[in-house]
Amino acid sequence: MRRGVGAGAIAKKKLAEAKYKERGNVLAEDQIVQMSKQLETFKTHLEEFASKHKQEIRKNPQFRVQFQEMCATIGVDPLASGKGFWSEMLGVGDFYYELGVQIIEVCLALKHRNGGLITLDELHQRVLKGRGKYAQEVSQDDLVRAIKKLKVMGNGFGMIPVGGSYLVQSVPAELNMDHTVVLQLAEKKGYVTVSEIKDSLKWEKERACHVLDHLLKEGLAWLDSQAAGEAQYWLPALFSELTSRDVTPEEANQMTP
Amino acid sequence: MPLSQIIFFEEQAAGIGKSAKIVIHLHPVPANKEPGPYQYSKYSYIKLSFKEHGQIEFYRRLTEEMTKKRWENTPVSQPIPTGTGSQAGKTRAVGIVGIERKIEEKRKETDKNISEAFEDLSKLMVKAKEMVELSRSIANKIKDKQGDITEDETIRFKAYLLSMGIANPVTRETHGSGTHYHLQLAKQLGDMLQAPLEERGGMMALTEVYCLVNRARGMELLSPEDLVNACKMFESLKLPLRLRVFDSGVMVVQLQSHSEEEMIASALDNVSEKGSLTAEEFAKLLGLSVLLSKERLLLAEKMGHLCRDDSVEGLRFYPNLF
Repeated sequence: MRRGVGAGAIAKKKLAEAKYKERGNVLAEDQIVQMSKQLETFKTHLEEFASKHKQEIRKNPQFRVQFQEMCATIGVDPLASGKGFWSEMLGVGDFYYELGVQIIEVCLALKHRNGGLITLDELHQRVLKGRGKYAQEVSQDDLVRAIKKLKVMGNGFGMIPVGGSYLVQSVPAELNMDHTVVLQLAEKKGYVTVSEIKDSLKWEKERACHVLDHLLKEGLAWLDSQAAGEAQYWLPALFSELTSRDVTPEEANQMTP
Repeated sequence: MPLSQIIFFEEQAAGIGKSAKIVIHLHPVPANKEPGPYQYSKYSYIKLSFKEHGQIEFYRRLTEEMTKKRWENTPVSQPIPTGTGSQAGKTRAVGIVGIERKIEEKRKETDKNISEAFEDLSKLMVKAKEMVELSRSIANKIKDKQGDITEDETIRFKAYLLSMGIANPVTRETHGSGTHYHLQLAKQLGDMLQAPLEERGGMMALTEVYCLVNRARGMELLSPEDLVNACKMFESLKLPLRLRVFDSGVMVVQLQSHSEEEMIASALDNVSEKGSLTAEEFAKLLGLSVLLSKERLLLAEKMGHLCRDDSVEGLRFYPNLF
């Protein structure tokens, strides 16, 4: 019970309120009323802005970046809810939420091949392809923001910095610093060997093998034990278009690990 | 460097790890060039990198200057738009200069739009900031119990925060959980997901639900947070669905009728029948996603009914005979 009962309590409360107001402080409930009014005004301004510049946001990725950064600076998340003003009036919500759907679908379709790890470049290409010629332009910054939002749904969405760009993870595989560093090492050629890890990172064999085994288990790496010299651990996520061919899930199942 | 050296310039958007740039294409070195830092460069352009900001302003100014300069440099070749055009003016306008001018005009137009949009955006943000500050003030007062807030007022306050996209500073919980919007949404989801859940063995990953629901809606899509917040309300609304988070962090929506024991028992049955199963094999058997199949096997293991064989060949589950 928030409000005290009884005449005495009410009188005491009224006194406290009066003293409070005397000191020039505004009560919270009054401020909530004030907020309601200000919100209406703000909504009008936003509508005006939308009528003039909605297209700009739709068409111009750079402008979207500015918009997002400004929102972040003042402490506002325009993508928090589809019910938010920003989303409703500027249409930013639908743009990013739909992008989220497309990202999930691309990652799911390729998971059997790359274990749930994909370069931001490849993701970008495939999303653009899926959207078709006449869709709005989508920048990598847009993808990154959409992915940040997807994290909240617990599917293990994350971004790993590699070679100047990112690997996008879409499965809840545990990847610690050791795994990340090996991924970064493999980025140049698409594969890595135990010797290379030992030389570049100065690790012992056991540590290198432990990390590589984990990547194999999670389906993120494929083992080429017939490679000349030493076994090579390939990362399908890093295959370039040139050296790879799309494998269907059925084919993937038939291949021995 | 004289601006007359500039043929053409363009913006390059910023990217990850890259700052925004303006690329300025230059005329070849004229014969009468004075000595300077470089006599000759193999590149015909320079790039200006803007680490912080300022590229929009710079671009605008440069465009202005270039346009002005053009008029000074080539008075003859600038036919008045109404089209009087001397002979010399006409031939010039059709050539490179004409094309360049058209590009510049278009850019100037676009740039003007962007500058205006940017200015309007800045003004809007100032007003938005006021809202944020007001909401913080209110939140502080609620925390310090200065003033009496009713349930009703709290709900309204949360709804305001939701509209503006401001995180709830009082409870630090995700935006607007407990608003009417999420209540309505939860009920809608309860209806909408019954059939799909049953088709999929009673369980769907939240990302799957997200795609399903948003594809069906087509517009006025749900944000990921909207979905999570709505699903959190299933229990309190006594709907026959539950949001469940596995140890791995994977979130699923599950039919209430779908008992845990049943799932585990059937997993044990399947594994015993086949001797052993991997998540992929189990998935194929049930027609479920690998992700969810794995979670079921892990759950059965947790309860002591299965044990694992973890090798590079993969993770394989056996009935626990211990």
